[in-house]
Amino acid sequence: MAALGSPLRTLRGLLRELRHASARAGRPYRDTPAYQHVLAAFRAHRVTSEKLCRAQQELHFQAATYLCLLRSVREHLALHHEYHGKGERSPDEVAGLVGFRLPQQPGGKG
Amino acid sequence: PLERKRFYQNVSISQGEGGFEINLDHRKLKTPQAKLFTVPSEALAIAVATEWDSQKDTIKFYTMHLTTLCNTALDNPTQRNKVQLICAAVKFLETDTICYRVEEPAALAELQKNEWDPIVAWAEDRYNVAIGSSTSISGPNIPASTKDTFISHLASYNMWALQGIEYVITQLKSLILSMGLIDRHITVEKAVLLSRLEEEYQIQRWGSVEWAHDYDLCELRARAAAGTLFVHLCSESSTVKHKLLQD
Repeated sequence: MAALGSPLRTLRGLLRELRHASARAGRPYRDTPAYQHVLAAFRAHRVTSEKLCRAQQELHFQAATYLCLLRSVREHLALHHEYHGKGERSPDEVAGLVGFRLPQQPGGKG
Repeated sequence: PLERKRFYQNVSISQGEGGFEINLDHRKLKTPQAKLFTVPSEALAIAVATEWDSQKDTIKFYTMHLTTLCNTALDNPTQRNKVQLICAAVKFLETDTICYRVEEPAALAELQKNEWDPIVAWAEDRYNVAIGSSTSISGPNIPASTKDTFISHLASYNMWALQGIEYVITQLKSLILSMGLIDRHITVEKAVLLSRLEEEYQIQRWGSVEWAHDYDLCELRARAAAGTLFVHLCSESSTVKHKLLQD
């Protein structure tokens, strides 16, 4: 079985990621189906205890995998936005790079 | 299209005849080929709904890996049947990343031996097969009996789970690492690390370039995690609607 660490830590991380996901949607994250499903699953299997049980381990692995998914998507999106999301510069910005300003022609081009 | 404006307020799931459906406001989600989007597992439906609900102003389809996997399972755009999927998966063993070794530099060869040998050994033991590794340009020589064992094993999965397995294999470039994930022997983070061992080696030597290395790392983790979760959620007999999982 994979080295997963503490189930409680996984649960906390997962709930935190769900909170981030909901912040984007602007909804109280405790109301979301995902949050309620995760909590219910952990309660039903009491994964927060130390007992070794196959169903618990499977659930913990699933939770850790889902946590990895949510976290990686969020991090990837952040990197995408920071490095790849800016698109082209406007003509104003390009002119500004070399210290110029575009001419202003109130009546439009002649 | 890569992105589209978010056109719905509420996302919810409901249970239909064929399984669980996703509702965007009052509209039912459809696949790219306009079929009704139905999934066999409630947990999977909830996770898909969460993907849709996480979208802010624009819908970023390239981040919605579970939705994409479900669409592939429902539409089967490559028109492959179960046998073809299994063959594609097992064929990867011939060029499996963790069996394909370098001789130089010595430090990398050592790293590959230390990190990959245990996983190969695990697979050989778990599946009672011979796999080995090779530094030859033609790759490892996989016995037919080994391939047959994996073909048999994969045949025990339903069509949806197989789409997921083949997806993970394609992402990680390794059948063995993928089975390690599916069998819960290693975590996604570890599987991705092992898949990218040479990159990690180079990064340690030369430094990391965030906008390329970390970007690729996060994307591979997301895809491998999505694929693994998809396989597990489609395989759980207690939560799965078998009618939908036509073999």
